[in-house]
Amino acid sequence: MQKSLHIDPVKCTGCLQCEMACSYEHTGAFNPSRSTIKVFTFHHEGRFAPYTCTQCDDAWCQRACPVDAITVDASTGAKVVSDDKCVGCKVCTIACPFGTINYSQATGKVAKCDLCGGDPECVKACPTAAITYINSDWTGYDRMMASASKSLPAAEAAAS
Amino acid sequence: MSWTQKILRVNLTEGTCTAEALNMQWANDYLGQRGLASKYLTEEVDPKCDPLSPDNKMIMATGPLTGTMASTGGRYSVITKGPLTGAIACSNSGGFLGAEFKNAGWDMLIFEGKSPEPVYLWIENDKTELRSATDLWGKSAWETDDILHQVHQDPQVRIACVGRTAEAGCLYSGVINDKHRAAGRSGVGTVMASKNLKAVAVRGTLGVGNINDMPKFVEAINAGKAVLAENAVTGQGLPTYGTQVLMNVINGVGALPARNMKNAGFEGAENISGEAMHEPRASDGKPNLTTNASCFGCTIACGRISTIDKTHFSIENKPEYWGASGGLEYEAAWALGADTGVDDLDAITYVNFLCNEDGFDPITFGCTVAAAMEMFEDGVLTTENTGGIELKFGSAEAFVAAAEALCSGEGFGQDLALGSKRLCDKYGRPELSMTVKGQEFPAYDPRGIQGIGLNYATSNRGACHVRGYTVASEILGIPVKTEQTDTDGKPELVKAFQDATALVDSAGLCLFTTFAWGMDNIAPQIDGACEGDWSVERCLEVGERIWNIERQFNNDAGFTSNDDKLPKRLLEEAIKGGPTDGQVNRLGDMLPKYYEIRGWTDKGEITDETKQRLSL
Repeated sequence: MQKSLHIDPVKCTGCLQCEMACSYEHTGAFNPSRSTIKVFTFHHEGRFAPYTCTQCDDAWCQRACPVDAITVDASTGAKVVSDDKCVGCKVCTIACPFGTINYSQATGKVAKCDLCGGDPECVKACPTAAITYINSDWTGYDRMMASASKSLPAAEAAAS
Repeated sequence: MSWTQKILRVNLTEGTCTAEALNMQWANDYLGQRGLASKYLTEEVDPKCDPLSPDNKMIMATGPLTGTMASTGGRYSVITKGPLTGAIACSNSGGFLGAEFKNAGWDMLIFEGKSPEPVYLWIENDKTELRSATDLWGKSAWETDDILHQVHQDPQVRIACVGRTAEAGCLYSGVINDKHRAAGRSGVGTVMASKNLKAVAVRGTLGVGNINDMPKFVEAINAGKAVLAENAVTGQGLPTYGTQVLMNVINGVGALPARNMKNAGFEGAENISGEAMHEPRASDGKPNLTTNASCFGCTIACGRISTIDKTHFSIENKPEYWGASGGLEYEAAWALGADTGVDDLDAITYVNFLCNEDGFDPITFGCTVAAAMEMFEDGVLTTENTGGIELKFGSAEAFVAAAEALCSGEGFGQDLALGSKRLCDKYGRPELSMTVKGQEFPAYDPRGIQGIGLNYATSNRGACHVRGYTVASEILGIPVKTEQTDTDGKPELVKAFQDATALVDSAGLCLFTTFAWGMDNIAPQIDGACEGDWSVERCLEVGERIWNIERQFNNDAGFTSNDDKLPKRLLEEAIKGGPTDGQVNRLGDMLPKYYEIRGWTDKGEITDETKQRLSL
């Protein structure tokens, strides 16, 4: 079964535990600047939005890479950057429509979410379940369910 | 290790930034943040100096857990000699700035001297430089934050700055970081502005990885997070209502002071409570509260993000205040609301926005207006003094006008900038200032809660609830319930809370964790992060050492046992009505015992024996 990261921004409080978990897993230090999941704060709207790679099935970044540094992890479906091959050309960062593959001056390579080999650390660190790791076929269904539940009273009112 | 072991010394007179090694002996004795910076301050600053002179220094300090994945591990403190009190000042703030300092590789920044021109400090990891802030002078904290983000073209830059009130010399201006978090009390921002230092902008990308025993640390912080999640206060009450969960609770037990503490109990409390912040309003159907929010690394998320009703008189013609920003915490809601008799949630949210925008302490401001209102109603102040403001208790219009006057720095605003002690002295009514050591009381009436009165009287930075929050025990039963109107056992309770708090404030953690955490939850986290054995006993000893070094600074500055007192009103004018009817604070029953268990003389001086025991 393929699984996907599922993000519910409404639940996010902006604590950055996900960024620390991600950076610790990949660099050995708590370093939000090296995290491949980012929480954005929209101050005047009072909103927070965690955002990361959605692991496109047919991935722009992978197609754009001139040295085949991006490969698929067969066990998770994650698109994974090989540091040995990446030359830091940044073409993938232009190709990605979501901006979720990024260049790091610290390494001279690009970095993106690799789903931690199937056990994402950000999910475990999130205190409010704003980030979950779910069956890919179920992405979006919780929102559909919420809409469905709202439609019921309206439908009942119309019927009565 | 967890410390970066690096300090940045910024000499503003000379315009130099110099890296130096952290004194590790002191780090072992005082841990970090509040404790360690207090040690540096006492070693480097004459306790008798003028707080607003170049002789004073200002230290911004992180703790060893700041920037780590420990829950709430993002705190920093500003330590200096405070202009409001003349005592040692230490104001603690959350947000994201502290962790950014740490990620840039610095434990502590020491500012000394005074710059000839307005400057700001730019830190990008090892790169540090003072830059001109001439064009930032005169700007609010919010404008300064926006401009510096534009200049540096990096949304991840974190900024601390002072607003216009600090520049104008208001004695209770804070340092604002991340737009709505504040090192708020005792005038630490006034000291910053007196040095012509407008802002500190930081970008840190080095990470925090210098943990002594990572597996042990991760196990301890995960255990801590589980305790916070399962606790009713930190897992439910604080995320839902913020600290405003307390408004109705404290009012219900007869300990919510109202109208310059003339009495306890405020009939309008419900209207300005945490519950009220959830109620949809008539104009647009939206509640005051937009969302709760976390500071760096915090799994509690008590922060309030609010909006004001766009049709409210305070902002109907000011679209710049129509967006969401930092909302009311309990102490602010009490001082701006109950203490002034104003129960208009939108009016006090607006003034709370102004506190953040122009950087001033809502507790001292609210209490100062409350004292002015009492003088106005007594006829000591007239509209001639107030610039035409009908400064009556309960008037939202008058209160908003007073706040705007303070921000303008003109007219009656200059009186309000003094704080209540100097204001009441100026108009010949010193007894109406509800202060200890010149700093205003927070939101718990010491007549209705005995122990908190002793804590206020002995707090090293003047009246303050977060120096020894015995309310946890006396009202909420944490960790054990004590009777709020008893004085027995309170000296011991106050000492225990004060020492434990000093340790938490030195670790990089938030005090609010202690609604759920005891020292047995905190010590293992420090022990995992720092070298050496950090047992519960050692943590408490370090806390006691910190308390005493602060006390020594104050004693050397000229404070005596005569300054460990409460205003006459709280000792002699009994509460009328309600659950605490007839109560006054019985400080005299508690203070001698407190001195005794502290190992101080009956004059409040630290004995040689105690100094030796604590290696002072």
